[in-house]
Amino acid sequence: MNFVVCIKRVPDTEARIKIAADGKSIDPTGVQFIPSPYDEFAIEAALLQKEKAGAGEVIAVCLGPAEASGELRKCLAMGADRAIHLKDAHAHRDPASTAAILAKAIGDLSPRMVFFGKSSADHGNSQVGVQVAERLGLPSVSEIVTLEVEGDTAKAHREIEGGVEIVSTSIPAVFTAQKGLNKPRKASLKGIMAAKKKTIEELAYDEAPEGLEIVSLDPPPERQAGRIVGEGADAVPELVRLLREEAKVI
Amino acid sequence: MAKFTGVDFLDMDSLLSEEELLVRSSVREFVSEEVLPIIEHHNRAGTFPKELIPPVAELGLLGANIEGYDCAGLNNVAYGLIMQELERGDSGLRSFVSVQGALVMYPIYAFGSEAHREQWLPALAKGEKIGCFGLTEPDFGSNPGGMLTRARKDGNDWVLNGTKMWITNGSISDVAVIWAKNDEGEVEGFLVESDRKGFSSSDVEGKFSLRASVTSELYLEDVRIPEANRLPGCQGLKSALKCLSQARYGIAWGGIGAAMACYDEALRYSQTRIQFDKPIASFQLVQRKLVEMLNEITKAQFMTLQLGRLKDANKVRPAQISLAKRNNVAMALDIAREARDVLGANGICDEYQSGRHMCNLESVKTYEGTHDIHTLIIGHAITGIPAYE
Repeated sequence: MNFVVCIKRVPDTEARIKIAADGKSIDPTGVQFIPSPYDEFAIEAALLQKEKAGAGEVIAVCLGPAEASGELRKCLAMGADRAIHLKDAHAHRDPASTAAILAKAIGDLSPRMVFFGKSSADHGNSQVGVQVAERLGLPSVSEIVTLEVEGDTAKAHREIEGGVEIVSTSIPAVFTAQKGLNKPRKASLKGIMAAKKKTIEELAYDEAPEGLEIVSLDPPPERQAGRIVGEGADAVPELVRLLREEAKVI
Repeated sequence: MAKFTGVDFLDMDSLLSEEELLVRSSVREFVSEEVLPIIEHHNRAGTFPKELIPPVAELGLLGANIEGYDCAGLNNVAYGLIMQELERGDSGLRSFVSVQGALVMYPIYAFGSEAHREQWLPALAKGEKIGCFGLTEPDFGSNPGGMLTRARKDGNDWVLNGTKMWITNGSISDVAVIWAKNDEGEVEGFLVESDRKGFSSSDVEGKFSLRASVTSELYLEDVRIPEANRLPGCQGLKSALKCLSQARYGIAWGGIGAAMACYDEALRYSQTRIQFDKPIASFQLVQRKLVEMLNEITKAQFMTLQLGRLKDANKVRPAQISLAKRNNVAMALDIAREARDVLGANGICDEYQSGRHMCNLESVKTYEGTHDIHTLIIGHAITGIPAYE
């Protein structure tokens, strides 16, 4: 019984991003990389499901550069049983191309449940999990905040605008994790030591990415300086007017 | 507050293994999420954050470089990085972990019997039991060889009498490693359970330093313990000093952590604090302060990493540990003071951490061998002439 979790190596969310000379990728110099934060909820979910089932393996899968072994090692330190590193010779791959490679690798594992973060912290397309499900012919539930499994049925809560949607699906199925699904555990020192003995299977991928191409990356516009509209009670009407008419926030 | 991402100007990370980086990352997150939100409260109230013992133990931070007995068995560089990250939070918390690991678990591991190890090490690693280390006395600090505490052999028992001072974790301990002189005047190590008749403690009040840590005085009045409580592997005072070498090694890393916390705070503050219509980081005098801090942290990082590699290769000498402890704590204290200065008036309030680190580091400079004593240890090593007396 396999519980599969897919992770992506992304720049630390606190990293200062500089655009590289080619104008369409980021300069990795001095940037720390981490498993995408939503993926940590996915890892925890996979570990919890295995613990609840009392059997099976958690297998972490990553399509990414050679350096992504560090992120996979973190999954192993948190408790995953083994990992598969799909070493990508290409720095960027679009969601469809990524999903095609992942689906093939995951399909071979006959998973009971597959977990993704709801979106990656870098490109944030929110597509890969759903596309993998489609290619595997499995149901998918995205952005879940709770998950309960009874037999071959899973019940999940999804946050929707102004409320909660409760859905039920047969499993095997694919889930993408929203913040709040769980509290990801930290890798304990024993877990880190144990991870040294676990295996990361490596498969190389150098087929050219197809589909979407990034044409250019632009930094966000510089923030405008603030403005003081007056002082004391006299300034309130003008402040309200600006908030309503200019900023359009009230 | 923005997430702390460390200080690494010369890419020291490229010299660390995947495992060492993972250890640092786990402890760094733990400190950011669970220590920093509560530490100022405890520092102000003068209370030890006992609620951190279970998560600290669960992460495996107690006795992390000990092999077996439910300990993680990390190398010494990973152990040092733990100390660095803990002291980025607070020197008092790092002191708790240092004492438990280097001054209680280490002597039990190195000098205890197999029965001692099995009885104590797993419980100490899980944080179910707390330990302390009784070497220093009210009148014998830098000169522990003059200790007055005595252990008198009485049949198959030992009877201990004396007073120990400046004992971290003293009053919250279940077991104390007590150093005392036998009838022949040789120093022996003993495990004394805190519920033994005649054993008592009181806490040092009025500290302006290590306020989130328990510092106690221990009183031993005719405390009777069986021969089985003696650490059989001890070879006089030398064994006690070996424990100190373990702890000092961790402190050397800890100093870097405290310095990083202060530098990071000063840097961020200077980039957002506006005076004369621009961030104070625009001014040459402030830039110089920040650069001096970075400079000292970077030098300390590489010196201490090399110290760790030597320790892992079993090649480290005590005077080398002295060099790093002496340098790193002094530079951290200087950086804390300078950071407080960059923070201006805000720096005297505990909304900012540099003032707390500054006060803590005054203790760290003095304990585990004062700055001056380390100077003399290094002086002895290079000249061959001991200048302690």
